[in-house]
Amino acid sequence: MEAAAGSKRAYSIIVPTYNERLNVALIVYLIFKHLPDVNFEIIIVDDGSPDGTQDIVKQLQQVYGEDRVLLRARPRKLGLGTAYLHGLKHASGEFVVIMDADLSHHPKYLPSFIRKQKETGADVVTGTRYVKNGGVHGWNLMRKLTSRGANVLAQTLLQPGASDLTGSFRLYKRDVLEDLISSCVSKGYVFQMEMIVRATRKGYHIEEVPITFVDRVFGISKLGGSEIVEYLKGLVYLLLTT
Amino acid sequence: MKHIFKIVAILVAISSIWIALLETSTIPRSYTWLLPIYLVVALGCYGLFMVGFGLMFFPTCPQEAILLQQDIVEAKEFLAKKGVDVGSE
Repeated sequence: MEAAAGSKRAYSIIVPTYNERLNVALIVYLIFKHLPDVNFEIIIVDDGSPDGTQDIVKQLQQVYGEDRVLLRARPRKLGLGTAYLHGLKHASGEFVVIMDADLSHHPKYLPSFIRKQKETGADVVTGTRYVKNGGVHGWNLMRKLTSRGANVLAQTLLQPGASDLTGSFRLYKRDVLEDLISSCVSKGYVFQMEMIVRATRKGYHIEEVPITFVDRVFGISKLGGSEIVEYLKGLVYLLLTT
Repeated sequence: MKHIFKIVAILVAISSIWIALLETSTIPRSYTWLLPIYLVVALGCYGLFMVGFGLMFFPTCPQEAILLQQDIVEAKEFLAKKGVDVGSE
């Protein structure tokens, strides 16, 4: 299939992957299924997965077209923030959606992100698990307790302007995302928190849509003491700098 | 304004009210000395209540896991037909 030269898309969906051979195929199928009439492109930023993720993406390009499924690989694991930046460099869309490849973010919510943005003209639409019609599956009591504790702490101290800080299923206006990424320095999921807090402080218009979150269908969910320490460090950092 | 300044400002305001109460002795001093402890206890109660409340009404979605499994089966069928190698993980 031939790529239309210089074609502009309305939406660019950036999906960072590392060893997501099966999931990347499933998510691409589901995105196309749920956005039949939308002018979008999917940008897969693969960090040199040894499991052949990139071979699968090339096969998907045969099915959906190289102009709709873009593979923008990097040689090795280089971190989430730079993955978005890398994807963004190759994105032609006016709006950019960021989602995880592991199917904890279901593409069936994409239409509601797009609708919400159109209705409100928001700069950022963020998926939230903690409202009516949202939810989480696959968390034990300990995981829920940590999550609630972290949330109450952050809401009280930071007043972040969003109910779900560490979720990363979001739609941004392209220039807003560029601005936010360039001012964020954190790593991991503190990065997601920093993005939304800085968006609030900069006065960007943020809207929320409910999403459900099915935790790691093919993996083992992880949350240890070191993550909690990282979170607390991130919280203090944001208190001091935003 | 950095957020920490907001929090510090609130703490300074509360402490100045407290010191004023100590100085003017509108209420007995022995009570005034205990006020900060009450405040900390009240904050702790608020936190525990919010966490407990959130935990009680934690939104879950077991049906979504089932729907996702159906989506996965459907996607695998379609992709296998199209020649995408989804057989092995």
